[in-house]
This record gives sequence, structure tokens and C-alpha cells, in this order.
Amino acid sequence: MSAVVQAKAESRHLLSGNEAVARAAWEAGVRVAAAYPGTPATEILENIALYPDIYSEWSVNEKVAVEVAIGASLAGSRALAAMKHVGMNVASDAFMTQSLAGVVGGLVIVVADDVGLSSSQNEQDSRYWGRFGHMPILEPADSQEAYEMVKRAFDLSEQYEVPVVVRMTTRVCHVKAMVEFDGERIEHRAAGFQKNPQRWVMTPANAKPRLPLMHKRDRKLRELSETSDLNVVFPGGDRRIGFVTAGPAFMHVRETFPNAPVLKLGFSCPPPLEKIRAFAGQVDTLVVVEETELLLETEIRAAGIAVRGKDILPRFGELAPSVLRPAIKPLLGEPWEVPKRSQTSVFPRPPTMCASCPHLGPYFALSHIRNLNIIGDIGCYTLGAGHPWNALDTCTCMGASLSMAHGMDKGRGESDEKKHIVAVIGDSTFLHMGMQGLLNMIYNRGNVTVLLLDNRSVGMTGGQENPGTGEDLHGLPAPRVDFAKLVEGLGVRPERIRMVDPYELPTIVKLVREETRMEEPSVIITNRPCSLTDRFERLQPYAVIDDQCTGCGNCIDLGCPAIFVARRETVTAKSGKSKELVFARIDANTCTGCHMCVETCAPEAIVQPQPQNRVIRIQPHA
Amino acid sequence: MRDGITNILVVGIGGQGVMTAAEMLARTALSQGYDVKKTEVAGMAQRGGVVSSHVRFGPKVYSPQIDPGEADLLIGFEAAEALRWLPHLRPTGVAMVNTLRLPPPVVSAGLYDYPTDPIADLAAAGIEVHAFDAGALAEELGNPKLVNTIMLGAISEHLPFPAEVLKASIVEGFRAYKPKLADVNAQAFDAGREAGHARATTHRSAA
Ligand SMILES: Cc1ncc(C[n+]2csc(CCOP(=O)(O)OP(=O)(O)O)c2C)c(N)n1
Ligand code: SF4
Ligand code: SF4
Repeated sequence: MSAVVQAKAESRHLLSGNEAVARAAWEAGVRVAAAYPGTPATEILENIALYPDIYSEWSVNEKVAVEVAIGASLAGSRALAAMKHVGMNVASDAFMTQSLAGVVGGLVIVVADDVGLSSSQNEQDSRYWGRFGHMPILEPADSQEAYEMVKRAFDLSEQYEVPVVVRMTTRVCHVKAMVEFDGERIEHRAAGFQKNPQRWVMTPANAKPRLPLMHKRDRKLRELSETSDLNVVFPGGDRRIGFVTAGPAFMHVRETFPNAPVLKLGFSCPPPLEKIRAFAGQVDTLVVVEETELLLETEIRAAGIAVRGKDILPRFGELAPSVLRPAIKPLLGEPWEVPKRSQTSVFPRPPTMCASCPHLGPYFALSHIRNLNIIGDIGCYTLGAGHPWNALDTCTCMGASLSMAHGMDKGRGESDEKKHIVAVIGDSTFLHMGMQGLLNMIYNRGNVTVLLLDNRSVGMTGGQENPGTGEDLHGLPAPRVDFAKLVEGLGVRPERIRMVDPYELPTIVKLVREETRMEEPSVIITNRPCSLTDRFERLQPYAVIDDQCTGCGNCIDLGCPAIFVARRETVTAKSGKSKELVFARIDANTCTGCHMCVETCAPEAIVQPQPQNRVIRIQPHA
Repeated sequence: MRDGITNILVVGIGGQGVMTAAEMLARTALSQGYDVKKTEVAGMAQRGGVVSSHVRFGPKVYSPQIDPGEADLLIGFEAAEALRWLPHLRPTGVAMVNTLRLPPPVVSAGLYDYPTDPIADLAAAGIEVHAFDAGALAEELGNPKLVNTIMLGAISEHLPFPAEVLKASIVEGFRAYKPKLADVNAQAFDAGREAGHARATTHRSAA
């Protein structure tokens, strides 16, 4: 068991924000925790899973995770749900109404915003949900605060019978900093579900009387925010500018303007407008530094307080010191020149699929078939949009591939007339939100060829388990969904359900060709595990026999990162046309011996040399 | 170093142990009584992307990020990656670079060029550059994974605490969890420390 799990009160640890949240949940007496993976929030649940006192699970999506937490709360247990920012969109149907009904056991939703957009499909600001859903928001600025605020959030939730949102960002989740523990687990008894239909059955007649109660609660929370010790003034001698800020932006402000007074909002929704008014009175100019939208600023201005903010600061991205300095210095009458630095231009290193990734086969097929509109989804296979495949045409949100493909089929435009429409989706994404799209397509007699890439892993977020893998969050055996039966149950004809080994390139190319020509929906299901999981077996690496390689470059098109261009040659063909030959080389340290590329090589130059001394490899997992 | 704060940037690509090295530095600084923050930008590190880990320590650290032009030390696990992050280094900064070259698929495919001599480019920028082949040293010691400890050994004389402190914390870590590897890591640290003296010049040498 990890040292942190067993650590006593008054010990100090170097922890990420996510690890700190897990410890706090344990101390707070949480009994149920549920999440769906998503960067930068994934490690919250992975760390909670280390505490045996908490029941924890990977739910199939964020809405389900929040509903599981709601159920536990109604039974009187303290419960936590964690997700990345876009997960809130999925979960919102549940919490928007539960916030009206209220909660019993403390219910905390920890959400992680990808400020700076380093690993998501958008950069949305979760602070809106607090306003929209009438839920208070606590905003930690570092690991220590994440630890303290999660514990405070549970008390607040129970006291006001409201779900509480803890809004983190990448710079809290993934920053390691000192955390001092001030307690150990305190058990919170769960009284059991108290039946009360007027309270818990949200029919119009029951929901309506809750509205004034909810607004009364809002007023009380506003008063609390005004007096909360989480909203603190850090005095400063230089009163020309006073900052209102929250979360990691506070750290950047302190770093950049150490002598300026700062009002730091830990309890940021509802905002303490009177406290802000009083603070504004003590400084020449009030500047709001908020990541990412102009939210507090609008509220402060609406309260009649003069304020600067997004007129000088960017409306997206992190407000790091390098961003704050050039924006704020001119306000102080101190022009800021970006210091001259050596500039370098180095090639990009875009993320790519792994060696022997089971998605390589399907993309090899898709990149070789003409006349396809390839409607994609979110996962490692989204990388199929890049070099060398260029075989993914859309990616919007989880599960969208099937329904968007269906819509594109029904709404075919002139240039689509002869096109086949393909949807590409992974196992976890299919189970998260994709199944409904397939059901809808079948029901409405659509015609899309679906590639269901089952790699028995949530690959993109680091190889978590899901109902298709046969294991649960704790690595224990779990019931495993049968994808073929599942899609048949949704109405796909058995003849149109094709299981395929994605390493068999000729078969998969043939299958995709065949199925796209069908006048009805089909589902092609692949069956090789993600190469980074324990389910994958590494074999002896392959090599290219140099003088047998004809330079056709076929294997390079596969996109396996173990295959490199050894050299290029330009030759003149008999016709007089010049042609570039590309000779290949396989890096033995990267190759896993999956055999896939062998099929691309007509002259049979790719071979498995005799077993040599054992090769020690760099592990792909950091 | 400003306001008593040390800024170390560790860079490389996914799978090279960049984050482990940064963690080691952070833990050791913590044991010396410093306030410490460590942050990563590892946009899809597992898929062969760029990894940069920022370690900051001093009496009190607020922002976890090292701004451009603010790094005191740059530890590059790969030559072109070190060059990529050069603008983050102070003019008075020190770069400790493994001369390993790992061209990505887009370079192999001919879409981009790999810099001819990244070490020389670094040296030409006027900073203090030390460069050596950490992989070769690791091979000599019999385990390619030792690159990590070798790089830490190499930077150890540029830290505000004694090199011995870092060495002890690495070796103790191994003694506790993988005792068989403790001695060879001690050797790797010393080998790195020795190699870290190698001074790169602006002459285009065979780096
Ligand atoms: C609503 C939402 N939740 C979570 C994520 C984070 N996320 C991105 S892809 C992905 C799952 C990928 O799994 P799978 O579909 O099995 O494909 P793989 O990566 O294994 O190829 C997740 C959880 C997200 N983008 N949106
Ligand atoms: S993590 Fe798995 S699914 Fe993702 S690219 Fe690598 S092998 Fe493929
Ligand atoms: S056998 Fe071929 S496709 Fe498979 S990992 Fe090795 S080089 Fe890549």
C-alpha cells in the first residue's frame, strides 16, 4: 500500500492535487466514489482506489458517475464524483435537478478544467455550472488547498444540502507540492434512505416548491461567501493595483506582483461581492485575473464596481507570469518589453500511435480506400487524422461518431452522393455514449459502416479498465460485455457483424471494402489489445533485410513508429519519369514483434531474425 | 538564481524518464528544507510527444511554472529537445545534454529536418553547455535505464546543495525499493558526475 494511504496526521508529503483530493476524500469519510477517466482528473479516482475504506468504481460515463454518487448521498453516505471539464456536460442532466432536490450525505463533484487546452477537445470553464446549477464552488490553488477544500466541501454540502463543486485545473491536478495532513479518517454514519416522495420525486408539483427554497439557499450561500475565511485579502504595500483572483492564477499573480494587495477567492461562487467592493475601495485599480472566461469580472461590474480584466488579459489559456507581465505592467506605467532571447526552430513532435497499436491496421485500410467520409470519435484513434494516415474527418465529442455519421448519411450533399460513410469509435467511447447512436441509426434505418476498435482499454487516458476489458478499477475480474451480442441486440443483422484481427491487413482492407458497399449498417469489431497494457504480449522484434528492400515504402504507410526511413533514392523509370524510392529500417528497441508490417512487404524483406541476446527496452509507460 | 529560487527544466520525450528525474530532484530539494513545486506539460507523453518537467524550489514558491528566460538549469535527455527549450534558459544558465538523437516519424518521413548539430547550436547561443553520450555510459554499466541517474549525476555539481545529497537520496531510494540496483546507480551517478564536466564549444564537433 502506498505511503500516503497509511500516513498519519501531521506528516508532510509531496503530492499532486489529484493525490491530495484522494487523501482528503478518505479523511472526510467518503464511502462511495465514482468517475469516468479524463485528463487531468483521471488520477483522482486511481488514487481513491488505494483506500480500502472507500467503495470506488469506474462508471461508464460521467452522468452515471454523478448518479451513483447521488444515490449514495440519498442513502446518507458521503460521496464523490470526479471528471474532466467536458464530463460536466454529460453529467449535467443529473446535477441540474439534484441541486434543486438537494442532497443528504455530503456530495462533492470534483471537476478538472484543461486550462491551456493540452489534452481535450475544448477549453470550457466549469465555473459556469455553479451559477447555472445553483451550486457553490471552491477553487484550490495548489495541492494543500485541494486537500483542505475537499474536506470543507463535504461539510458545506451537508450543511446546505447542496452538491458542492471543487473546481481544479491542470495546474492543481498535476502539480506536485507540499501537503501537510492534519487528520485521519473520520467515519460518517449513513442513516439509510429516508423515503420522502415530495422531496425526491421531482415531478412538476414537487419540484416547484423547491424553487424558492433553492433561491433562499443561494442567498445564504452568498452571505457565507462574504464571511468565509476561504476568501482572504493578502495585503500589499503597492496599492496602485489590487487583484481579485482564484485558483492557480493566484500563484501567478503573487509570483509576478509580490507587493500588490490580492483578494484571493477560495469560495468563488457565489462571489463575495461586498468583500470585493470593500477591497476595491482600498486600491487605485481593481484587476480580475481569472482562468478562463470573463465571469467574475461580469458579476463584479454588474454590482457597480469598476474593474479591469479581459480588456487587457487573454480570454483563453493559462495566465502565467509571462502572460501577466506584459498585460499589467503598462497599467502601472511601466512599459514591458519582452526580453530578447535566442529563438530556435525545432521540428514538431506530434503524438503518434504506439508501435503495434491495433488501430494501425484499420487506419492502413481506411487510408487506402477511396470515397469515404470518416466520422471519428475521441480516443487514441483520433490520431488517425494525422500523418501518415490522414484518415479521420471529424472529431467532436465522445460518442458523436455514430450519430453524426447517421446525420451525414441522411443529409448527404451533392459531393457525398457516391461516398460511403464510416464511423470509427473505440470500446470505451462506444460504452460511454456511442451505443445510443448505433441504436438510433438502426431504428431509423440508417446506413453507416461502423469500425468498433476494441483494444480492451481506455488507451488515451493511460489504459484504464471498462466494462469491455473483463477487469474493474481494482484490477479484479469483472463481467465482460460481449460487443457482438450487444450490437446484435441493438438490431444489427448478424451477417453484418464482422470480427477481425486488426493485424491481418489484407483481411481488414477487404472487409472494410465489402461492408461499405452494403446498403445497411454493419459493425466491424477488432480484437487486439492496446500495446501498452498487460494484455499485450511482446515478441522478438523484426528487421528489414537491407538488400532485399526494394524501396517501395509500403510498410512506412502503416505508420508504426518502429519503422523508419533508412534512406531515399531518386531513380528514373523506363518511362523516363523520376520516382522516389524509400528504404525502410526497423528499430529493434521499439518493435514489439507484432508481425503486422510483414503483410505490407511484397519482397518479403521484413523478417524476424534468430532470437538474440535479450533486448532491454525503454518502457513506453513513464 | 533569483529570490533564492532555483528553476530546473528537465526535457525529453515520453518514456525517457524525464518525470522520474524531476521527481528525484523535487524530493531531494524537499529533504533539504526547501519549498518545492513540480509541474509537467506532457501533452500525450505516452504517444511519443515532448515532455517538459519544471522543478522550482526555494524559501517560498508560488507559481509552479518556469517562464521563458528563467531556467537556471536545463537537463536535456535528447539533443534536439534541449535545443527546443533553449529559450527557457537564462543567459547565465547551464545546459546539461545527452547527445542522443531521436528523430520522430515526421522527420523520418522527410517532412522536417533534424538539426545538424543541436549541441553546437546551443553552445553558439552563449550559454554554458555540457554534452555527452549518456546512453553509451549506461551501456557500459550494463543497463540503458541508468541514463536517468547519469543525467542527475551530471547536473549534481550545479545545484545549491551538495552533489552527495542528491546521490544519497537516489541510492537510498533504490536501496529501499530495488536493492539490487543501488550499487550500479551509485556508479552511474559518479560516471555522470565525471562526464558532466565535458564542456561543449561552439566548434562544430562530432557531437
Ligand atoms: C466526456 C468526456 N469524458 C472523458 C474524455 C477523455 N477521454 C478522451 S478519449 C477517452 C476514451 C478513449 O477510449 P477508447 O474509446 O476505448 O479509445 P482508445 O483510446 O483506447 O483507442 C477518454 C476517456 C473526454 N474527451 N470526454
Ligand atoms: S496507447 Fe494503446 S490504443 Fe493508444 S496508441 Fe498506444 S497502443 Fe494504440
Ligand atoms: S512488427 Fe512491424 S508493425 Fe509490428 S511493431 Fe514491429 S515494426 Fe511495427
